[in-house]
Amino acid sequence: MKLRNVLKTRTPKSPVHKSASGPNMPKAKWLSFPYIVWMIGFIIIPLVVIFYYGLTTSDSTFTLNNIALVMDPINLKALKQALELSLVSTVICLLLAYPLAMILNKSKMNSNSFIVMIIILPMWMNFLLRTIAWQNILEKTGIINTILNFFKLPTVNIINTPAAIILGMVYNFLPFMVLPIYNVLIKIDQDVINAARDLGANGMQTFLKIILPLSLPGVISGITMVFVPSLTTFVISTILGGNKIVLIGNVIEQQFRVGNWHAGSGLSLVLMIFILISMAILSKYDKEGSSLW
Amino acid sequence: MVKKFFERFYVGLIILFLYAPIIILILLSFNSSKSRAKWGGFTLRWYRELFKNESIMNALYTTLIIAVLSALIATIIGTAAAIAINSMKKTPRTIMIAITNIPMLNADIVTGISLMLLFVALKFTLGFTSVLISHITFNIPYVILSVMPKLKQLNPHTYEAALDLGATPLYAFFKVILPDIFPGVLTGFFLAFTMSLDDFVITHFTKGPQINTLSTKIYTEVRKGIKPEIYALSTLMFVTVLLLLIIINRKNDKNANKNTIISKI
Amino acid sequence: MKKIFTLTALLIFAVMLTGCSSKNEKKVYVYNWGEYIDPEVLDLFEEETGIKVVYDEFEQNEDMYPKIQSGAVNYDVVCPSDYMIQKMIENDLLYEINFDNVPNIKYIDPAYLKSAEAFDPGNKYSVPYCWGTVGILYNKTMVDEPVDSWSIIFDEKYAGNILMMDSVRDAFGIALKYLGYDLNSTNEAELEEAKALLQKQYPLVQAYVVDQVRDKMIGGEAAIGVIYSGEAIYTKRENPDLEYVVPKEGSNVWIDAWVIPKTSKNKEYAEAFINFMCKPEIALKNFEYITYSTPNMGARELIEDEEIKNSPIAFPPQEILDRCTAYKYLGEEVESLYIQKWNEVKGE
Repeated sequence: MKLRNVLKTRTPKSPVHKSASGPNMPKAKWLSFPYIVWMIGFIIIPLVVIFYYGLTTSDSTFTLNNIALVMDPINLKALKQALELSLVSTVICLLLAYPLAMILNKSKMNSNSFIVMIIILPMWMNFLLRTIAWQNILEKTGIINTILNFFKLPTVNIINTPAAIILGMVYNFLPFMVLPIYNVLIKIDQDVINAARDLGANGMQTFLKIILPLSLPGVISGITMVFVPSLTTFVISTILGGNKIVLIGNVIEQQFRVGNWHAGSGLSLVLMIFILISMAILSKYDKEGSSLW
Repeated sequence: MVKKFFERFYVGLIILFLYAPIIILILLSFNSSKSRAKWGGFTLRWYRELFKNESIMNALYTTLIIAVLSALIATIIGTAAAIAINSMKKTPRTIMIAITNIPMLNADIVTGISLMLLFVALKFTLGFTSVLISHITFNIPYVILSVMPKLKQLNPHTYEAALDLGATPLYAFFKVILPDIFPGVLTGFFLAFTMSLDDFVITHFTKGPQINTLSTKIYTEVRKGIKPEIYALSTLMFVTVLLLLIIINRKNDKNANKNTIISKI
Repeated sequence: MKKIFTLTALLIFAVMLTGCSSKNEKKVYVYNWGEYIDPEVLDLFEEETGIKVVYDEFEQNEDMYPKIQSGAVNYDVVCPSDYMIQKMIENDLLYEINFDNVPNIKYIDPAYLKSAEAFDPGNKYSVPYCWGTVGILYNKTMVDEPVDSWSIIFDEKYAGNILMMDSVRDAFGIALKYLGYDLNSTNEAELEEAKALLQKQYPLVQAYVVDQVRDKMIGGEAAIGVIYSGEAIYTKRENPDLEYVVPKEGSNVWIDAWVIPKTSKNKEYAEAFINFMCKPEIALKNFEYITYSTPNMGARELIEDEEIKNSPIAFPPQEILDRCTAYKYLGEEVESLYIQKWNEVKGE
């Protein structure tokens, strides 16, 4: 789904000419003209429009009621639940991804690209279908329970519970945690680690004092990339939550479905606050290490 | 050695986790029962019927056309913009980059809704064009993102040398700059293509009734049960990409060049 | 490199060509329930009339209404249910149908036209397409007691084995009927009672579904599901352990009918489409595909399978229909009261 995120920590492998930022082309500024027009038309103005809808009523008078809707107990619960589930998913992704990235980094086979390929290849199957397939796996009569039954073990009830949604989030967004961390790890200079070892650091110390701090930028990008889409999803909760669990994404989607555009926009603005916070954290770390560019 | 075994085991588990749903989908494409919940025996029927199913083929066609067009237009606008941004002074440059980041970091649902509200406010009928515009919008940042590093690696003196030798700026651009940044442009194009192919949420909000991409088609079918032809189509697409990647990988391994498209993505 | 450019250039060219050829085509925009027509019928219609069908689907009446009201899309034909048609008539969103263009209305059983008068007095705006009841589908291998009452979907014995209807009116309709009230109740105390009942049911419910109930019941995921009668024939065919029943407390009987919204720009095409849908052989084709009861006398005549022709599910006997009530549009205020209470149930 968000293959885009994978890119974010990529940095150029070849040396950068530090002297200048590319060739000096005085007329080049004109080249940005189409993009600036596009940006204003389809990035800036739409945001203005969503602010307008979020802050007005249907007869165009100013109001804060749409934003205040988030304090409605039902919506507040949806937001709380979305925050909880996405935080848990992010932590699980991190716990799964970090060791994986380290193992992949250590293996240093001649097939780095092959490993990366294996991780992102599933994304070429439509993510809606992959999520639906989890229904088949988790259902009461699904694959897991069939296997448990075969071994006469007690069955588990996962589908339509928060656990199923967390699983769906982890499944869909795990690659976005693995790849940024992996990308940072492969760039850590082996000499630094060797130096630490030579100076008498044991494995744990090397990890805590050298590897972990150096990989932090990758971890931070990974966290944002998993957290934002998890927080705002409505598809995963619809497919795996049986409509019993309502997340803030579902509330917004439903508002738009039944035509309450002002309410939906107001709630989107609230959601944007959380996204902005994540963005701010990300950009703070970007300056220091692995950059967006 | 025990450690090694555990590491292998762990990687194996994660791979199983990532691929289990895909195996299920491939199996379902051979299931003769129409219902996902029941195994009715092996069949190749859905692969035959797929090509007769007009609405699925239309969705595939729309998906591909939008992906190609949006990637192409985004590549042109984005490459031009990257060159311009690269030659800007610090402040305008920071502003441009910050705004470029918005569609990438923002939630899909917010991007989709804001574009839909814009189209409706302009009384613009939702349909093919509105989806295309939206896809171009979220694609441009990827192109810029792929081209910028290549521009930074560029030796500024070759371009100046070309000018000194009497080349027009345009000629110098095509002969000196473009060949050097072309790998970045190509990566940007493929990346944009993939993004467009993969998108559901933004298309969901900006599409009109007359068009469906594969994603939106699947979403409408989620409720009543996915048509088995869809499983067949996805299996075909998945296997095609898999084969392509294996071929590219083989070729690159032979050339001892690890810079495959994949490693760039 | 050059090859890639030529290739893309060719592709763009091809797109433009196909783009141009599709202009000035006769088109009718149809907005229907999901999986509610035999796709072949659309091809037949295009063949016969030369009018291209642009087909779109919705899941619930409540999703369809704002799309028509906002006029964002120029739909020509829509297929809402009874109470929603009444709402659309009251809010002046529909055109009167010119029945000179719909001569096949003669195949529609007058009994259904008469019941349609409840929401469309004088039958001016709508042509019935399908009808049915809301009932309980249960799996005989998982339920061993006789099922004849709504009480079973509120029974703790089946916790986690119940699929509830994810639709405001149906959910409240069931609760109200079970409590012995009118399913068109506007009495706040009664609604509050219904809400309390549904809230008590929430922990027992496995999932709230509309169309997904099909796959889940076929796969044996749940013991009991609330379902539209039309789905019962299909699910029974796929899984013979399933049985459908209309509970003794009574239920809802509904009619979905074709209407022409004022967003339509090609009213004649819309009428041609409706007329085509009323052809007995077309109505039969649809019936066989979607298995929802047809009000088309001509089509019922044509059904060859005696068992289906006299199926009590597809064509329930009068005594069942006598205990069923149709929904009425209750006005904006009561409607939002229903929605609010429903959100409170689901936001548990």
